[in-house]
Amino acid sequence: MTADLRSIIEVAPLIHSGALSPVELTEGCLQRIAARPELNAFVTVTRERALAEARWAEEEIAAGKYRGPLHGIPISVKDLVDVVGTPTTAGSAIPPRHPDADAPIVASLREAGAVIVGKTNLHEFAFGTTSEESAFGPVRHPRDPARSAGGSSGGAAVALVEGMCFGSIGTDTGGSIRIPSAACGTVGLKPTYGELPCDGVVPLSTTLDHIGPMARTVVDVAIMFAVMKGAAVETDSRARYVFGVPEPYFCDRLHPDVRASLGRTRETLVRAGHDVRPVEIDHAATTPDVYLHIVLPEASWYHAPTLAAHPDRYSPGVRLRLEMGRYILAEDHVRALQLRRTLRTAVDRALEKCDALLLPTLAIPAPVLGEASVDVDGTKEPVRALMLRLTQLFNISGHPAIALPAGVTSDGWPVSMQLVGRHGATERLLSIAAAVER
Amino acid sequence: MLTIESWLKASCEDAERRGLSALKPLLETLARSTAALRDADRLIDRVRLEQ
Repeated sequence: MTADLRSIIEVAPLIHSGALSPVELTEGCLQRIAARPELNAFVTVTRERALAEARWAEEEIAAGKYRGPLHGIPISVKDLVDVVGTPTTAGSAIPPRHPDADAPIVASLREAGAVIVGKTNLHEFAFGTTSEESAFGPVRHPRDPARSAGGSSGGAAVALVEGMCFGSIGTDTGGSIRIPSAACGTVGLKPTYGELPCDGVVPLSTTLDHIGPMARTVVDVAIMFAVMKGAAVETDSRARYVFGVPEPYFCDRLHPDVRASLGRTRETLVRAGHDVRPVEIDHAATTPDVYLHIVLPEASWYHAPTLAAHPDRYSPGVRLRLEMGRYILAEDHVRALQLRRTLRTAVDRALEKCDALLLPTLAIPAPVLGEASVDVDGTKEPVRALMLRLTQLFNISGHPAIALPAGVTSDGWPVSMQLVGRHGATERLLSIAAAVER
Repeated sequence: MLTIESWLKASCEDAERRGLSALKPLLETLARSTAALRDADRLIDRVRLEQ
């Protein structure tokens, strides 16, 4: 069946006026989920409950109790986040937890009238960039099932591309919202660190974990973010902005079509009256080392009991990464935490010269599942390192960042640009992103 | 400070003892990353002192 790829901002007024039924909208999403099981986008589909919530939304709206633009809108939730009545599997064969309450972020969406259609598949415990290591099968790219949809929130991005929902909740520890958004051609926001609560979310690294919205447009992401944060967000900015492109390190290893897309984006922004200039982020090359020495021991700490009790139930790659974290010395972990402060200051300084940083989200198009390395500019690079390369710094620094579609490669694969805003200014970043999207 | 070389040797021996010989190449990669982290820490400290 044809996917309904309208945006939340398009269908919300129709729902409000009664011209569109939340029940029909939800049934359409559920049919599209059922139509493409081979993509492994969902772990759990909450069909009956979703239809009951949609009927309830329809009755409330008919009775004049419209709650806002998410009322009656089908939403999915990454299966790392607690939704009462469903197990939180984290994409693993490890025994799941059975939450007795929704995560606060889910509760806020329910309060706004959203309809939860199910829990999306992911890279096991969010510890990977391809969503291929999952007890529920690899998440497959809708354009080609041999390719990855990105990760770790891969199921969420596929659900959006295929019209299985209108918005999704993802999580991002090194790029897990932005990477699948880039691979699939959707929009994903990692807010400022600590801005949205990660309670009720299975942690990967508490120093780096973020939760945020994913959708098909910037305005839809802004609508979800406003509800999740409980604050108004204005995206109708007509201002002229200054964009800083951090060329050293970030532009060193790019697929030629990604590099070309960055060039076209710069030209388009200049033509629209914005200023685009090069900037440098000091010490950016230390990013992967700092990241590794934070994420590995923090993940190993959380998983220590289950690594002891059920080591063979982890995917082999995830288990090895968790085991690797056990060998990191405390001194080197603290060293990385100290360097995190240095990197945050470096990003702050770069943003003193511009309104937002502009760089690609993902250095390569969606990779082939099972590939360990990929050729970029004549050099073999590990897929995992390359996929994290442009996003992980902003988990370390905590700055808000958003992935936006930016055309396609010569053979049709989505390309994405990333905007990074000032610390604590996620709403302003959304305004800038809306201006870029226009 | 425990040197990278002695840390790597001890870690690989421990992984082998635990039946996790597949960890060895990952630990070698980690050792290179730890060396780079320590170098960055020293360099950035020096930059800070010189400012």
